[in-house]
Amino acid sequence: MLMLIISLFCGLIFGLGLLISGMANPQKVLGFLDITGLWDPSLILVMAGAILAALLPFQWAKNQSRSLLGQTMQLPDKTQIDRPLIVGSLLFGIGWGLAGICPGPAIVLLGLKQINAIYFVLAMLAGMWIFQILQKRK
Amino acid sequence: MQINWNEFSPIASFAGGLLIGLSAALLLLLNGRVAGISGIIRQAIFASNKEMTWRLSFILGMLISPSIYFVLFPYAPIQIHDNVTLLMIAGVLVGYGTSMGAGCTSGHGICGLSRLSLRSLTAVVLFMSAAVLTTFLVKHF
Repeated sequence: MLMLIISLFCGLIFGLGLLISGMANPQKVLGFLDITGLWDPSLILVMAGAILAALLPFQWAKNQSRSLLGQTMQLPDKTQIDRPLIVGSLLFGIGWGLAGICPGPAIVLLGLKQINAIYFVLAMLAGMWIFQILQKRK
Repeated sequence: MQINWNEFSPIASFAGGLLIGLSAALLLLLNGRVAGISGIIRQAIFASNKEMTWRLSFILGMLISPSIYFVLFPYAPIQIHDNVTLLMIAGVLVGYGTSMGAGCTSGHGICGLSRLSLRSLTAVVLFMSAAVLTTFLVKHF
């Protein structure tokens, strides 16, 4: 139960961070990605702030097998730079550049009751579903 | 390159970034889980096990965040593309690409870079480059 309350709180803080920083605003994101036009570099500072806050905790957690509340520490163990990572990241980048929306902001925009966010999120879920189906076929 | 000083928001963006990093740090330190949003969404829906509930709880927190935000801050309009076809193509690419590449701006970007993972750094360089190039092409063609 405590784990669920912490998750809820973390989701809330995460969403607030996206809204305050401007990440949840697709126009702001596209203004950042448009480096050859009138460029808005603000979102570099989102990354800087986020990594500043997360760097030490993540470095500490690397050497722990349990969290402070006794949960298993589940950090990714993959280090290989393989084809799926490369192709997947490129496809994601194209999608992000088209609409200026990545998965986190998509959820926040849904919470903002933006009608068009529903189309984006449904399409995103469809993309995830297609991947699941193709994986199972292999 | 010209800087858009009218839109530049260093303090708000940095402060928002700190909150995002704080969220990722708390989720890891207390629950031992990584705040990668694409993975959280995918596994909340497609992986039916006991790890589902905390993910749904995290998503619920994100969904209610705008209601809290507008209690604290004045309403600022946010606009999404009104071309539904483009939005849906973008959505499929984001869903499929983040599943295949196992992460997005949060998982690879914030958490992966904070772990100093070379794999995540590669992902970030690739999706950033693809996004910048796509934005350029959409604008000029």
